[in-house]
Amino acid sequence: MRHTRLELWSRGTTFAHRRHPAAKIAVALTFLVCIATLQPSGWRIGVLYFVALTSMAFAARLPVPRLHLAAAVVLPFAGVFALISFLAGTPEKGLAMMVRAWLSAFTTVLLMATTSQPDLLAGLESLHAPRFLVQVMQFLYRYLLVLLEEAGAMRAAAASRAGKLRAREFRRAAAAAGVLFARSWGRAQAIHRAMTARGFDGHIPRFRSLRLTWPDAWFVALLATFAIVARLAIR
Amino acid sequence: MHIPDGYLSTKVWIATDLVAAPAVVLLARRAQAKFDHHRIPLLGVMGAFVFAAQMINFPAGNGTSSHLVGAALLGCLLGPSAAVIVMTAILATQALLFQDGGVLALGANIFNMAIAGVFAGYLPFALLKGSRLGLFLAGFFSLLTAAVLALSELLISGVAMPPAMLSISFAWFLVSAAIEGALTMSVAVALERIQPGCLRKPEFAGRAWVTTGAVALLLGAFGWLVASDHPDGLEALALRAGISGRITSLIASPFGDYQASFLADPWLSRPVAGLAGMVVIYIACLAISRGIGATSREGV
Amino acid sequence: MSRIVEVRGLRYAWEDGTEALRGVDFDLEAGQTVALLGANGSGKTTFALHLNGLLKASAGSIQIDTLVLNDKSLPVIRRKVGLVFQDSDNQLFMPTVLEDVAFAPLTAGLTSAQATEKAMAALRQVDMEAKAHKAPWHLSSGEKKRVAIAGILASDPSLLVLDEPTTFLDPPGQRSLAALLADLPQAKILITHDMTFARALTKEAVFFQEGKIAARGPLDEVITRFDWY
Ligand SMILES: Nc1ncnc2c1ncn2[C@@H]1O[C@H](COP(=O)(O)OP(=O)(O)OP(=O)(O)O)[C@@H](O)[C@H]1O
Ligand SMILES: [Mg+2]
Repeated sequence: MRHTRLELWSRGTTFAHRRHPAAKIAVALTFLVCIATLQPSGWRIGVLYFVALTSMAFAARLPVPRLHLAAAVVLPFAGVFALISFLAGTPEKGLAMMVRAWLSAFTTVLLMATTSQPDLLAGLESLHAPRFLVQVMQFLYRYLLVLLEEAGAMRAAAASRAGKLRAREFRRAAAAAGVLFARSWGRAQAIHRAMTARGFDGHIPRFRSLRLTWPDAWFVALLATFAIVARLAIR
Repeated sequence: MHIPDGYLSTKVWIATDLVAAPAVVLLARRAQAKFDHHRIPLLGVMGAFVFAAQMINFPAGNGTSSHLVGAALLGCLLGPSAAVIVMTAILATQALLFQDGGVLALGANIFNMAIAGVFAGYLPFALLKGSRLGLFLAGFFSLLTAAVLALSELLISGVAMPPAMLSISFAWFLVSAAIEGALTMSVAVALERIQPGCLRKPEFAGRAWVTTGAVALLLGAFGWLVASDHPDGLEALALRAGISGRITSLIASPFGDYQASFLADPWLSRPVAGLAGMVVIYIACLAISRGIGATSREGV
Repeated sequence: MSRIVEVRGLRYAWEDGTEALRGVDFDLEAGQTVALLGANGSGKTTFALHLNGLLKASAGSIQIDTLVLNDKSLPVIRRKVGLVFQDSDNQLFMPTVLEDVAFAPLTAGLTSAQATEKAMAALRQVDMEAKAHKAPWHLSSGEKKRVAIAGILASDPSLLVLDEPTTFLDPPGQRSLAALLADLPQAKILITHDMTFARALTKEAVFFQEGKIAARGPLDEVITRFDWY
């Protein structure tokens, strides 16, 4: 699974891993904005960002080629549009689109590979993202794997009994989705029960108290300045 | 349908982020006030369910297969405001962990699939009082609206697309929308059999919901017009709609004038406008959560 | 010896009309361990859910540690009765092991530092300190079960109710769980279909049949009487 790999990487302890998640989110967003506004003529900046992001990944002791591979999942989609642009007679536009998409995806992968999921959510919360949403995300992530496994098991069970689902078995597939839903619903109730048994009164306690430190401030200041200055200075 | 980063023009992603982020903050507050916190685990698990259900392939008859998107289904099950939050959680998780959709484009994706998708689907569901046809139309319009909006955002951003491609896209949207409708209906019917009473009685109490649904559908129709007209950029669109002045100032302000006078060079203005846009969005969200949150602060 | 559980005439019907409990009387002394046996669907889990007020009885009364269970005593009783569910995945819902174990103390109003201390102590008791910062979903079934127990121990319960704790555990895992439980001083109710496991922990059993207690007595006698091998 993709996200288990990211989770594995995010457990490192390098300087980047230890930074406050809000700081990393700020830096990532700055890079994303600078990348998103790149024009076809700005390929030099693109190269510079590529080098900068890749060296950051090296500094964080991450498996760089695999990170690039993970980012490359956006390329097929990008490729289609690049092809269309090419056919429409504006190949450089399509190329720029691919570069932006890839660099942006790499930035996101880098953020997630240096920030564990609980840290990311804590960071979002410290940036005042709605707590309700953050907690829904927390539970979604927690039970993603469990339900994916259940869906996989059901698929296997269905396949072992009926072979491949055919067109007129649309209803059967829908019923399978219904069963999956009922299981999920039952699970949600069981979880709620387990929470109530341990005193849950409607408020999920906040546990981590993250604090911004000077290294975090330097981290944001330096990297954001780099991204912006590079973006504005080079032409 | 998940738009990655790098495709939308600065104006489009800022504009959609500017609409989506405060809307999500507002709806999160609403959902929080309406459903107590006891429902948080349920909503999270339902998000995971939609994720997992997207794994189940449905044979579409013509040799291809399709999967559920789920915005309409969630709307019918949880009610619109909770459904928007769950869809937002899904999209954010997909963007961050699976590179399925971009991070800056998250606003656009949330706008299309979570907000417009949920409300456009909820309208027929509520109007037809939760009947089977209502469920089908919920899925149909939900997907159609989301897809058309996504396409028109790409076109407004100047992504080139030959007219032939467009007709193919539209045909494909119609097919996918019909599949989503059939899926929403059959899954909901299967559900009712397993868990009677799980579909929410459509509530008309919120006339706001209906209005929002209508607006979402209208936006979809408008997007359709834009897309089928194939203008080359936002200016063309604005001119055509006769709201050029307003929209541009709405989107670019207060940097519009800035851009014109100080940083006439787009080279400089684009990233600056982008960053400043992010700051404005952030401040708007903070203001909303503070302003409305004053009544219901959570204790720690 | 003080009486930790006293249940009288407990009845319960699920929303769909299933009468799961039809008049249960049950006592347990502090520090005592009893095995709860009975066929699938005989009402064991339903009974367990009543002990800390997760389900509301339609008739009958429950006293925990001389406290009558009602809305007022509910928070105290929830802390006294630790329920360990069959599927640990449902029980471990927080993002890290430490946070999960600290959930109950934090909810009870302790500060982060106090809660961490409590949680670490509980993790030490089940020998899982080393995994404190792992995500629960990366643990093995046996480890999950241990963490789930730690999450219960963190609120200093005086009664542990374990619903089929050996499911998903391999034989060595079952043995080590039995050893762990044997060392805990609390009173225990073990709902189990595993007789080896029951024998390792107690000599006394209660047999459930169609929502009632059909027999109570020495484990081996109960086993022979109902052919429960
Ligand atoms: N949520 C529910 N809704 C309706 N009926 C239920 C529900 N949960 C359990 N029941 C019914 O209540 C009865 C007792 O179930 P319970 O789960 O207590 O049995 P059990 O003794 O724990 O069985 P097992 O050994 O299989 O775990 C059964 O007839 C069951 O079908
Ligand atoms: Mg049971």
